[in-house]
Amino acid sequence: MKSRKALLRRIALATTAIALPLAVVADTGDEPLFSPKQLADMLHLVMESDRTVYTRVIVNRLTLQDKVITASEHFEDDHALALPAQMFRFGSEMVASKTDDFSYSLQSLWAVNRQNMPRTEIEMQGLTYISENPGERFYGEEELGGVKYFTAIYPDIAVAPACISCHNEHPDSPRRDFELNEVMGGVVVRIPLSE
Amino acid sequence: MALWLAWGLGVLGLATYLWAKIEGGDRRVFLPGETTSGHHQIEAACDACHAGPFAGRDAMQQKCEGCHLAALDEARDSHPQSKFTDPRNADRTALLDARYCVTCHVEHRTERTHALGLTIPEDFCVLCHKDIAVERPTHEGLAFDTCGSSGCHNFHDNRSLYEDFLLRHAAAPDLLEGSALPARNFASVARLLSAYPREEFPLSRLSAADADAPAALAVDTQLLEDWSGTAHAATGVNCTACHSGGGTWMDRPDYVVCATCHANESTGFIEGRHGMRLDAARLGMSLPPMTPAEARLPMLPDAPGDAVDCGSCHGSHRFDTTFAAVDACLGCHADDHSRAYVGSPHHELLERSRAGLLPAGSAVTCATCHMPRTELAYDYGAYVHVLVDHNQSRNLRPNDKMLRSVCLECHGLGFSIDALADRASIDSNFRGRPGLHVESIDFALERRRAVDAERGRIGEGE
Repeated sequence: MKSRKALLRRIALATTAIALPLAVVADTGDEPLFSPKQLADMLHLVMESDRTVYTRVIVNRLTLQDKVITASEHFEDDHALALPAQMFRFGSEMVASKTDDFSYSLQSLWAVNRQNMPRTEIEMQGLTYISENPGERFYGEEELGGVKYFTAIYPDIAVAPACISCHNEHPDSPRRDFELNEVMGGVVVRIPLSE
Repeated sequence: MALWLAWGLGVLGLATYLWAKIEGGDRRVFLPGETTSGHHQIEAACDACHAGPFAGRDAMQQKCEGCHLAALDEARDSHPQSKFTDPRNADRTALLDARYCVTCHVEHRTERTHALGLTIPEDFCVLCHKDIAVERPTHEGLAFDTCGSSGCHNFHDNRSLYEDFLLRHAAAPDLLEGSALPARNFASVARLLSAYPREEFPLSRLSAADADAPAALAVDTQLLEDWSGTAHAATGVNCTACHSGGGTWMDRPDYVVCATCHANESTGFIEGRHGMRLDAARLGMSLPPMTPAEARLPMLPDAPGDAVDCGSCHGSHRFDTTFAAVDACLGCHADDHSRAYVGSPHHELLERSRAGLLPAGSAVTCATCHMPRTELAYDYGAYVHVLVDHNQSRNLRPNDKMLRSVCLECHGLGFSIDALADRASIDSNFRGRPGLHVESIDFALERRRAVDAERGRIGEGE
C-alpha cells in the first residue's frame, strides 16, 4: 500500500488535477505513470466490466434463462443471489477496508437507499450531468474533510430488464419509470490528491 | 535532612509498589474508573485493550476489532467502518467518528455510561437521520432517544428488524406449534470432523474394565461407574485422554484439555463472560479464572466459590446436560429473571419433557436461550454439526439479537419483540403476555399499505 501511496503522492505533486495532460509518461524516475483521470478510468473499466459480467453471466442466466435461483436484496434470508448493485457495494466496502488510496460507490439521484443520493456538490453536479448527457462522464475536484480529491462520475446504465423492474417496483424507489438502457445512476470514483 | 530522607524513601517505596503492580501484580490499582459490565472481568489486563503504553487510538481500535469484529461481520454491521472512511461522509464523520469504537464506547466513565456501554449523548442517531420522518411518516414525533429501543433499531445488528423481515413475519402467531430444537449430534459427526483426534481416541465403546487410570491411583468405583455411563466411555475417551495431557496426570483437567475434542465449545466458552479471562493469547497475559463471587450480576450467597471452568457446569464424570443447562445456572445466578425460571411456562416445558409428555427438543432451559443450539455445515452442507454455542454474550445485548437465534424457533416475531422489550416480562421469566407493545411491525405494515395505495392511484392514472 505504501508504494501505491507514494505513487499517488507523486501524482498529486505533479498534477494540477484534471487539466493534467493525458499522455502516459515513461516509467522512469519519479514521473507518474498515469494521471488521476486515467487511473479513475481504468479502475472504472474493471468495475463496470465485472458488474456487467455478474449481471449477465450469473444473475440473468440463472434467474431469467435457467430459472434455477432468484436474486434478492435479502439474498441470505432468501437463499438467493446478491443483486448486482449489492455485489458492487460489497466490493467497494472490501476495498475501503484495505486502502484509502481510492474509493468508489454507486449513487443515484433516485437511489432506493436515500444514503446513496448525492451528498456533495460535485456528486450532485456529476449525477445531473451524466443523466442529462447520456454516454458522457463527469470529472471534477473537491475537498472533503480537509483532503482534496479527484472525483470521476460514470453513468450506470440499466443493462437488463431486472434492473428497471426492481427499481420501478421497490417501495423505497423515488422513481418508477426507468427504461432499458437509461442512465439510472452513477459510479463515483475518488482519488485523493493530498494527504 | 530527615525530611528529605523520608521523602526519598516514600518516593522509592511508591515507585517500587507501582512497578511491582506493573510487573505481574494486580494492575487494577491503575484503573482510572470503573470498567463496564462487558470488560470488568478482564480489567487487570490493561494491554488487552490499550495495546501497551502510549499505543495510540489506531492500536486500541485493533484491539477492539480483535475481539469484536467477527461478531460485527456476522451481524452484517449496519454501520461498518467503511461508511465513515468514505470521503463523501467526511462531514458526518466529523460529527460522529465511528471509525473508532471508542467514539461511542469509552471505558472507565461510569458517570456517563448508559445502556450497551454507550458513552455519547443518546441523540446520536439524529446526527445523520434527523429527516427520517420524510421517508417514514410513521416516525414523525418519535423521541430522539427511542431509535434504539428494543425491537426498533440497532446501530450494528438489524438482521431481525429490517422492514421486509418485519413484514414477512407480521402474521406469525404468538406460539408456533410443534417447535423443537435440533438434537446435538457430536457423537455421530465426530468421525467426520477433521479436527477430531480419532486416531488418538478411537471411536469405540469402553467399559469400567477398560479404564486406564494409573494403577497407583485409587479410583473410586462410583466414579468409574459414572464415567462408564457417559458419552466419553461410549466413544473411546478413556481416563488418560483427559487426565494425562502431555503425559502428566492432572486431577482437574482444564478447558484446554476439553478443547482437544470440543474446540468450538471451548472457543465459545473463552469468548463469553464465563471464560474470557482464560484467553491469555488475546489478553496478552494470564488471569485467574472468574469466580461467581467476582460477578457483578446478582449471585446466590452460597454460590460455589470455585473458578469457573467446563467442569463447573458439566461435572467431572456425569455429563448431565439438563443439569448443565438449568441447575448449574441456578446454582449461582440470583437475578429476578433467573429466580423466576422455576414455575415459568418455559420451566413447565422442561418438566413435561422430563416426564416424557413432549417430543425431544421441546424443553426450554436457561441454555436454550442463553447458549442456543447452532449448526455448523461442513463440505457445503454434506453434514451438519449441531452444537451448543457456549458464548452466552453473543446474543445477550441488545437483547433483540435473541430474536433470530432463539425466540423465533418457537414464537412469532411480534410476540417476541414485545416480550423482549418488556422488562417486567423478562423479570417474571415470561409469565403471561407481554405488558407492552412495540409498533415496529405496525409501522412496516402501515408504510406498505401507503405505498400500495399510492401505486394503486398511479395505476388508475392519477
